[in-house]
Amino acid sequence: MATRQLALPARRRAPDTSGARRGHRARRREAAAGWLFTAPAVVALIVFLVVPIIMAAWVSVSDWSGIGSPFSAGVHAVGTANYAALLTQPGLPQQDLGMSIRDNLYYVLLVVPLQTALALLLAVVVSRKALRGRGFFRTAFYFPSVTSSVAVSMIFLFLFADSGVVNGALGFLGVHGPQWFTDPNGLLHMIARGAGIRPPAVLTGHGLLGLSWWDWLAGPSVAMVTLIILAIWTTSGTFMLLFLPALYNISEEVEEAAIVDGAGPWTRFRRITLPLIRPALFLVLTLGLIGTWQVFDQVFLITQGNPAGTTLTPAYLAYQVSFGSQQWGQGAAIAFILFGIIVIFTVLQRLVLRERGSVTQARGRGM
Amino acid sequence: MSPAAGQIAGRRNPWLRSGLYLTLAVFAFLYIYPFLLELGTAFKTETDAVGNPTNPLPHNWVVSAFSQLGNQDFPRWFTNSVIVAVFVTLGRILFDSMAGYALARLRFRGRGAVFAAIIAVMAVPGVVLLIPKFLVIRTLGIYDTYPGLIIPLLADATGVFIMKQFFESVPASIEEAAKIDGAGVFRIFWSVSLPMARPALMALTILSFQGSWNDFSDILIAHENPSLDTLTTGVGRLVSGQLGAATEYPLKLAAAVAMTVPVAIVFFVFQKHIMRTGQGALKE
Repeated sequence: MATRQLALPARRRAPDTSGARRGHRARRREAAAGWLFTAPAVVALIVFLVVPIIMAAWVSVSDWSGIGSPFSAGVHAVGTANYAALLTQPGLPQQDLGMSIRDNLYYVLLVVPLQTALALLLAVVVSRKALRGRGFFRTAFYFPSVTSSVAVSMIFLFLFADSGVVNGALGFLGVHGPQWFTDPNGLLHMIARGAGIRPPAVLTGHGLLGLSWWDWLAGPSVAMVTLIILAIWTTSGTFMLLFLPALYNISEEVEEAAIVDGAGPWTRFRRITLPLIRPALFLVLTLGLIGTWQVFDQVFLITQGNPAGTTLTPAYLAYQVSFGSQQWGQGAAIAFILFGIIVIFTVLQRLVLRERGSVTQARGRGM
Repeated sequence: MSPAAGQIAGRRNPWLRSGLYLTLAVFAFLYIYPFLLELGTAFKTETDAVGNPTNPLPHNWVVSAFSQLGNQDFPRWFTNSVIVAVFVTLGRILFDSMAGYALARLRFRGRGAVFAAIIAVMAVPGVVLLIPKFLVIRTLGIYDTYPGLIIPLLADATGVFIMKQFFESVPASIEEAAKIDGAGVFRIFWSVSLPMARPALMALTILSFQGSWNDFSDILIAHENPSLDTLTTGVGRLVSGQLGAATEYPLKLAAAVAMTVPVAIVFFVFQKHIMRTGQGALKE
């Protein structure tokens, strides 16, 4: 590729000398390079992501049973039947989808803010030049990210076992630890019960997607809490790594000028660091949001959606429905519903961040 | 200069300094201790592992868990993991940085559409693509081959996104100077922009190696021949097949240790590079 690219100008160098023409030629060369540079990535994405998406879209509106090609003559279009079974018709598929969305929603609401905040905290601390042994700490914090989900799942199965490390530590503090992987009680329900609140009829009588509003408000189950802790522990190192280049790019002069001006650490963080690392923050939140809605490995390896469906996620449900129950159409439909959820959340997050950005800029100008 | 700044901050706010080290100590413990337990328990007997879970030191050091693992196809799985991870990483570094550079710097028709497509593709849940991906791999005739394990993993929208974001955060002035000097697009990319992108490239290298080394589902659907198993699918099958019901913590954690060690070595090698790059960036 290098030779082709370098040969291009030589071949065309012949007569023209006018500046305008040269500019035009340069622009065309740049356009050709642009396509050439993006071609390998684009081809790979088309063949292994776009084409499969089209096939999955077809499967989600078909009655394909998993045998033979989904495009063979025996496969029929069934319109929106698969989606209807999940979204509008009361029944088990709808209830499973409702549970999976609820469980995953609590997972996202807890994991994304906590992992982003922790990653930023670790990155800020570790990027300080005055810190002793920062290489050691950076390694320690990033290391869980290097470990495979298979290995981490095994460690967590060991740590959160009934008579395991975590319950041992809790027992030391005088707390009787729960049976982490088999406790389906939602945290919010437990708090409500502790406060003596009985489920009001308004909430138990009505609902959405086969779940009463009271069930929607259950909060993450004890079992889900272990998966949430696992996710935060595993991913904050990855995101710390993405914050570090941005933090290194902040010029020390600005930082020192602020110190001389008497700005405290919190002010410096809010007025200098945060605005300057906005692209990295945007990246981390985007990746975090997309990743947490796709949680699959840990569910597959540790809980299989149990106990009582409180660790079900749409990604795992889609797998279970298609590979397990051979309902390929419904499985693909779940995945597309999940896709819709991710798009909505990403757009929302974009809007929120953009607004905050303009506020900060306005304030900066006012100063 | 910076130590001075650190001293100023430290003198002005001793609370900040002690708070900083306390935070570090707590988090370092939370991040390191589970691995010490993993390592120690792998060398324990079953009764010792269940009886003293919080003590990372075995009562008697035994390697029975590892010799049990050694009876499996470990060397073959290891070789396969290396082959997949190396090719995927090299491919991604080249393709992602080229595409990211083009999307950040070069003006060409369709650039906005390509970027929008990449964002859209990033949001697509990978799980739904497993079966269709399997069908595509079969159709291309690369099922049960190394290319079938490697090529699908080269499709990496996230890496392109990371590189684009990075190139956009680097000022274009040096490239403009090179352009005025008459350097071609590829030359500017290769000898000016890419060296400046070292922090991002290091991050991409680690993310790619780790991602492909630890990948389970994509590898699983691309082969059925056991001789193509990587460490993840090999250990995964071993665990789900034989250990599913029993606790057998030493064996489980020995498997976890064995699959973590190689990627840890690669990580430690690159960690030095990251630090050097980081310090270089600071000095500038």
